[in-house]
Amino acid sequence: MTISDIRQMYEKGTTVREVVTEAINRARKDQNSAVLEVIEARALERADELDARIKKNETIGRLAGVPFLAKDNILTYDSKTTASSHMLENFEAPFQATVIERLEAEGAICIGKTNLDSFAHGGSTENSYFGPTSNAVDKKRVAGGSSGGSATAVAAGIVPFALGTDTGGSIRQPASYNGVVGLKPSYGSVSRYGVVAMASSTDVVGPITTNTEDAELVLNCMAGVDERDSTTIKIEKTTPELKKPRFGVIKEGLGEGIDPDVRRCTDNLIESLRNNDYEVGEVSLPTSPYALAVYYIIVPAELSSNLARYDGIKYGTQKTGDSLQAVYENSRSEGFMDENKRRILIGNYVLSSGYYDAYYHKAQAVRTVIIREYEEAFEKYDILLSPTAPTPAFKLGKNVSDPLKMYLTDILTVPPSLAGLPAISLPNGTGQNNLPIGIQLVAPYRLDVNLINAAKLVEEVINR
Amino acid sequence: MSQTQYIPTIGIECHVQLKTRTKLFSGANNDARDAKPNTMVSPICFGLPGTLPVLNREAVQLAIRAGLALNAEIAENSYFERKHYFYPDLPKGYQITQLAHPTIGAGSVTIHLEDGSDKVVRIHHAHIEEDAGKLTHPNGVDYSLVDLNRAGTPLIEIVSEPDMHSASEAKAYAQEIYLLMTYVDVTYGDLYHGNIRFDVNVSVAPIGAPLGTRTETKNLNSFKAVERAVDFEINRQVKLLDKNERVVQETRGWNEDRQATFSQRSKEDAHDYRYFPDADIPPLKIERSEVEAVAKVMPKLPNQYRQEFTAMGLDGSVITALLGVKSNAEIVAEIYTIAGKETASRVAHWLSSVLGSAEGHTDISSIGTARLVELSGMVDTAELSSTAAKDVLISMLSSPESPRHIAEQKNLLQVSDENAIAAIVEKVLADPANAKAIADIKAGNDKVIGYLIGLIMKESKGKANPGLAQKLIRKRIS
Repeated sequence: MTISDIRQMYEKGTTVREVVTEAINRARKDQNSAVLEVIEARALERADELDARIKKNETIGRLAGVPFLAKDNILTYDSKTTASSHMLENFEAPFQATVIERLEAEGAICIGKTNLDSFAHGGSTENSYFGPTSNAVDKKRVAGGSSGGSATAVAAGIVPFALGTDTGGSIRQPASYNGVVGLKPSYGSVSRYGVVAMASSTDVVGPITTNTEDAELVLNCMAGVDERDSTTIKIEKTTPELKKPRFGVIKEGLGEGIDPDVRRCTDNLIESLRNNDYEVGEVSLPTSPYALAVYYIIVPAELSSNLARYDGIKYGTQKTGDSLQAVYENSRSEGFMDENKRRILIGNYVLSSGYYDAYYHKAQAVRTVIIREYEEAFEKYDILLSPTAPTPAFKLGKNVSDPLKMYLTDILTVPPSLAGLPAISLPNGTGQNNLPIGIQLVAPYRLDVNLINAAKLVEEVINR
Repeated sequence: MSQTQYIPTIGIECHVQLKTRTKLFSGANNDARDAKPNTMVSPICFGLPGTLPVLNREAVQLAIRAGLALNAEIAENSYFERKHYFYPDLPKGYQITQLAHPTIGAGSVTIHLEDGSDKVVRIHHAHIEEDAGKLTHPNGVDYSLVDLNRAGTPLIEIVSEPDMHSASEAKAYAQEIYLLMTYVDVTYGDLYHGNIRFDVNVSVAPIGAPLGTRTETKNLNSFKAVERAVDFEINRQVKLLDKNERVVQETRGWNEDRQATFSQRSKEDAHDYRYFPDADIPPLKIERSEVEAVAKVMPKLPNQYRQEFTAMGLDGSVITALLGVKSNAEIVAEIYTIAGKETASRVAHWLSSVLGSAEGHTDISSIGTARLVELSGMVDTAELSSTAAKDVLISMLSSPESPRHIAEQKNLLQVSDENAIAAIVEKVLADPANAKAIADIKAGNDKVIGYLIGLIMKESKGKANPGLAQKLIRKRIS
């Protein structure tokens, strides 16, 4: 389902209440445990409001009457915001995230919240306190993660778009696993205010849609400077249109561990692009193999700090104890899941005195090298290409007891995150058992507009 | 008594709450002085999920002003870091502060000791950070109460070099920091409410030996407490060393009732704060032009007043008393420019002695310079004796009337009517009890005339113009 499908319904005279009611019904019948909570009262109230305004011929906005779902780490009114954790199981936010406010201002209607790995820690949505979300194509397989609920919901046709958050691949990888489009904008281009923080220096909110055009529209509706998030930036909105972008295939993206189907789909695309007169070359990012190691130092460091506020004192899960220390220990032991604890421990370790220089400091230095290598690559190519993930969606439970293997599924999405670059995953064919395979496009920092232009061209070639 | 000669070494960390309109990283009201608990909080102060800090530029402006008062470099590039520990008054589980690159760099402060000498204490740096909330522990219940009104209040922490070597130097430093910060108007400066708090680091070592192990006594909120806590620590540590015992590196508190420090936390269970840069707040860039703009509108510093008052010929003790209340110093300086040295000097004495109550902090700005000048003028023209003038001055604190009006109402105007005074002179000289005094004066002992004038003043209830009385006595005797 696309946003223009919804528009056509309105052109035929369907009311917003009808569209929203249908979307809510689909969300209720969700077969993949993608939706955690349906926001009915407020959604219908807003639908009626919009219907009344439409009757008066008022202009509503670019997303008039479009229903959507938000990942449950984004604060919304009239619902809980749990981050799929026990810690925030009953947390109701007193304010909405800037992204929700902006989408609502354009007429969009949030009809519910989607599942994720607890506090967005994971790549399969199996770390959710409320149980895993399954893949839209094969229920025995994972949805990917951490925005697994959002990707599956869009793939299953519940809504035309859903919001995800991406720290190291959490939008792109589940989009790839479910055969939909996942856009991670430039770091800072979308406000993080009202988003449960994971890693402050790489977290980005972005849309999951069924095509690039919709992703572009949703991004344009939410991007821009927000005075409540001082890391927000203005992204370029007008650059000379890239008629024939030069594509650089990242050499390290097709190395060991790449599934044969993924390799085949990628090779097919390269050939099609060349057949369509695009320049496609090869480029090396020699330091990118270290990106995952860097990521698993910097991100745990930041999230261990961002999760320090969950102490059982002010809100969230509180367990009593016979001392203050015991209250902290019991509340945090109970409220966090294993993967949360694993990452908190890694984070505390790499920041502790005596280890800071060896880990955190060095990781930041390598991060700078990675950024520089991208800059060099972009001197020759406009867009860099690689598969989104090394394999299609794996079976539920397969990697649960092997965190390292789980982390490896992010190996291709993590480098652009560390560099803050805009990246998009597009469906690029299928492999065995019809499992979707994704291709990732990466553009220079703040050139989201180039990324989107190129994605539309690639989409055209893929669909041809 | 100690056999060895020890030298104490003292460094002081001073927290100054900035009087910004809103908090350091949120739009919540920063003035919680009379507010009920947890009424001056926003989702940001509360550390709710999804909240982000946004730096208050007003706090940066005040920090620049404070930095210039400390004679310090203002860093063009500085940034904020997170300091982690768990405590119920710390909503995010970390405090946003500065470590590697603070906004205010090295500086210096000249302190003024009681013996009249000056000493320069170097400032290591001063950093901007947010305050924590406040915990109270009600008696007889099994819970504590958290008030987050103060959470997020902007602070600067001024860190001195260990340049002080006695309790009196420590006290003088604390006083000078207080004066500097209140004169540049970056803080309400209310010590009782903790607007300025001191942590003292004290160590002692035999003269010539390397520095000894230090203790840090935290949260002192008066100059007296700074002085006594330092004194107590010096004595305690000297006693330990004399007994060949070890000073434990630890954090100590100050018990006001017992006038003693006590152990709070030893280094062994010190926190690993896991400092690292806060990615939610972009690095702080301060343009040279911004510093220059602040420098242009800097208020006068205590030392500038000190120099002016010294030039006026005022005593050290008068100057100290005047400086203690900023508005008093401003009044005297203003009167100096509009009415000259004599008037300013007289007013200075009034302010430092007459109105300088035991607490020494009477704010007399309500009197107004114009009335003070008028009052002084009445002394010049002998309409008021200096004793009567002080009486009028005290009444002026609670009355908006002119000094002349008050003097008239209180019947204090001096009698300069020759006939009226001559009558009193006649009466005093006619008293046989004073015959000897008259004889003494005639014999050349001129000092005795003062005694007679005293009697005349007493007889006139202080209203006789003493100069006129003297003239009349001489006329009558000769």
